[in-house]
Amino acid sequence: MTLIKTKIGRRAFIRTTTLASGGLVLGFNWLASCKNKTEEEILAMPKEWFEMNSYLKIGDNGVVSIYTPNPEFGQNIRTSMPMIVAEELDIDWKNVVVEQAPYHAEKYGMQFTGGSRGIMTRWEPLRMAGASARHMLVAAAAEAWQVPAEEITTENGVLYHKTSEKSAAYGEMASAAAKITIPEDVQLKEVRDFKIIGKSHKNVDAKRIVTGEPMFGLDYQKEGMLIAMIEHPPAFGMTLKSVDNSAAKAMPGIKDVVAIKSFKDGYEKGGFDTNAFPEIVAIVGNSTWEVLQAKKKLKVEWKPIAAYSETIAGFRGKETKNIPAGLESSASHKAKMEELSSRPGKIVREDGDPAKAFKNAAKVIERTYSAPFLAHNCMEPMNAFAHVEGDKAQIAAPIQIPSLIVPTIASGLGIPAENIAMEMPRMGGGFGRKAYAHYVVEAALISQKVNAPVKLVYTREDDMTNGIYRPAYQATYRAALDQNNNLTALHVKAGGIPESPLFANRFPAGALDNYLAEEWSIDSNITIGAFRAPRSNFMAGAEQSFLDEVAEASGKDPIQFRLDLLKRAKENPVGEQNDYDAERYAGVLELLREKSDWNQTPANVHRGVSAYFCHNSYAAHVLDIRMEEGKPVVEKVVCAIDCGIVVNPDAATNMAEGAITDGIGNAFFGELTFKDGVPQKTNFHQYQMIRMSDAPKEIEVHFVANEIAPTGMGEPPFPPIFGAVANALYKATGQRHYRQPFVTEKQIVG
Amino acid sequence: MATYQLNINGKSHSVDVSEDTPLLWVLRDHLDLVGTKFGCGIAQCGACTVHLDGSAIRSCSTTLAQVEGKSITTIEGLSEDGYHPLQEAWKEVDVPQCGYCQAGQIMTAAAFLENNPAPSKEDIKNAMHGNICRCASYNRIFKAVEMAAEKMG
Repeated sequence: MTLIKTKIGRRAFIRTTTLASGGLVLGFNWLASCKNKTEEEILAMPKEWFEMNSYLKIGDNGVVSIYTPNPEFGQNIRTSMPMIVAEELDIDWKNVVVEQAPYHAEKYGMQFTGGSRGIMTRWEPLRMAGASARHMLVAAAAEAWQVPAEEITTENGVLYHKTSEKSAAYGEMASAAAKITIPEDVQLKEVRDFKIIGKSHKNVDAKRIVTGEPMFGLDYQKEGMLIAMIEHPPAFGMTLKSVDNSAAKAMPGIKDVVAIKSFKDGYEKGGFDTNAFPEIVAIVGNSTWEVLQAKKKLKVEWKPIAAYSETIAGFRGKETKNIPAGLESSASHKAKMEELSSRPGKIVREDGDPAKAFKNAAKVIERTYSAPFLAHNCMEPMNAFAHVEGDKAQIAAPIQIPSLIVPTIASGLGIPAENIAMEMPRMGGGFGRKAYAHYVVEAALISQKVNAPVKLVYTREDDMTNGIYRPAYQATYRAALDQNNNLTALHVKAGGIPESPLFANRFPAGALDNYLAEEWSIDSNITIGAFRAPRSNFMAGAEQSFLDEVAEASGKDPIQFRLDLLKRAKENPVGEQNDYDAERYAGVLELLREKSDWNQTPANVHRGVSAYFCHNSYAAHVLDIRMEEGKPVVEKVVCAIDCGIVVNPDAATNMAEGAITDGIGNAFFGELTFKDGVPQKTNFHQYQMIRMSDAPKEIEVHFVANEIAPTGMGEPPFPPIFGAVANALYKATGQRHYRQPFVTEKQIVG
Repeated sequence: MATYQLNINGKSHSVDVSEDTPLLWVLRDHLDLVGTKFGCGIAQCGACTVHLDGSAIRSCSTTLAQVEGKSITTIEGLSEDGYHPLQEAWKEVDVPQCGYCQAGQIMTAAAFLENNPAPSKEDIKNAMHGNICRCASYNRIFKAVEMAAEKMG
């Protein structure tokens, strides 16, 4: 067994009260009060709860309630996080109920849903939560039975003492256990002893989802609650000049029309305070439809912004950003990107003597790849509930990183941060967008101004045109080949608007004697942010398409070509800063080669392969395409992933399937363009999303079996699919595809 | 403002709203039936799908005048206890990721299977084409519809 000191994340073990009596609250308290409980839920109700630590409490009837600390946006951590606790606690999964923990920085640290960090960062604390509670139950039994604790065993929520033939259910011992001091260190199970982790468990919220129970942010309701909507500038590069609210205010059901300003003067922004339009107008009324009608009557004058610089205090320390004035267009973006691409960039990494290698090359291949801005388009548009009363605020919002927006709300409202209580309802998708919670700040400011509980709702058009978009990117790759067509040098120069997508220390860096990585960026007033596997979601497609072309020029099988480079990176790596583990990287490719039956391409399909490392995990795909009347049909995708221990395999498979199809959709169709600062798509009649008919007919997901602590899962399968699509399209059409979106013929449907 | 008598999930409701109010917002704002979701407001994504006399319609683009006197079914009323074969199949296949679009997906599938109890693969794809799932859980949605069709057939 592994001995783990509980002082790691010790704050999570603070017990506020021993006895947490009161009714079981499933989900949100507002939900419990407005819905009748099902028969199972009533049966599960204990008379008393005993809190063991911040993550779990045990009922006198043996039911265990486990708090899931991070917000849920579809990655199913509301099932997999409690599974980790239940494993170490050694209980029967059917006796577990799951509750969403509210925002509580002291108890739960950063409740961060994003960056594929959830399971990875919670792995140890959640195991400790379960194991330490089990330890306390054992200690209580040892005392009650007057036997040594070492002689007590547990199984499925029951304590046993073999020699004296004593046994007790956890529920019977919970009261005494809750009085035991939380241990200094705990024993964790060996991986081979896992009974819950590694076995598929169904989504704990499935029934509620399929019966339409209120659970999303947009479903939030409270007595006396008003509805708010916003009017924001029609173009990036513009801001509020003046508002004439008379016509809108006179509309039926309208309570108020107010201008709000998200940041107080002098406020220093954090890394997730991105906000395209910090000065907007809010319309507040009784019902959504009435507010929507009044929104149409609103007369607002907008004015151009002046250029400015701002200091952002983000994860990487303080950074200065320059925001230019002007109304930007995709045509001028393209011209600027071409210009920057042709100039020397900022050198980020240089190994060997790339200039010499290119000079001596028998052949040089140079290719340029690009991808447009993308909108997140979460199915649930941005929304937030806020009720500000005096110096206190109650918030309920679909949000990925609550702790990072609390200081912004506190500053905007002028109240202490500790007076802000926040619940995090299930998110109807996030994909990075709900990490930028300006809509929560807006809701709070509106509530304060109108002095009422308010639910702010974005229309789809607001959501799509007030985005924190995936940036537009471009990358040029050059390869030097010797007379035997061996790759001797690689040069990548990548940039974007307004950030570079480059990861200079990722594969194939480390596998090549001569390597040069440069980057550039172009300032913009269009707001950008994380979008499922930020930067990787472009670089993987460009890099993996290029390597495919180089492999072909070298006369090598594309998988073997990559494996040869990885062998070099493992045995004799170049440089010391290589981010990836060459052996794990090669492992997914080898598993993929086997599972896809790589050497036997099925009849009538064309195969593309691609692999990538990001978010501490490795993913690789083989994608089979067939052309039908000039359009690509994806027959099958076989995927291999190494994300360490897979907590809930079927849920992880579901996420990988989603990443694959999401990636195919964005590679085929994803695009947002701008004209004079105006996003050229406003809703799904213009923005083509992948639909069932374009999804792969079959997806197979395979995991590398190992005992490595879990690494990222939500993002890693997404980036490499872009390369697999491009490489399969080449095989199918004879044409290399360099510029996304790849399928330009629009197939808009309703 | 006008008063409408609506028959929703077998119960009669009287609502007093402006004539142009779409059914979606009456369900969500006035009747606390929030299982029907807002996605786009222009009948392009399917999140707001309900049944009108058994046919799937987009409630975001349907006025009350169009539905008065007819029978409306929402996800809350699809089955008495949440055990419609589609709801069962959805749980069995473990379809949802974020879950937001799933009520609309199920409502589209339910009306479709009523009219086409033995669908081909192409039939299912055509029927489900109007419902967007941003998490792209399409393979599982497809599997669940196929499974329910088998059980119902």
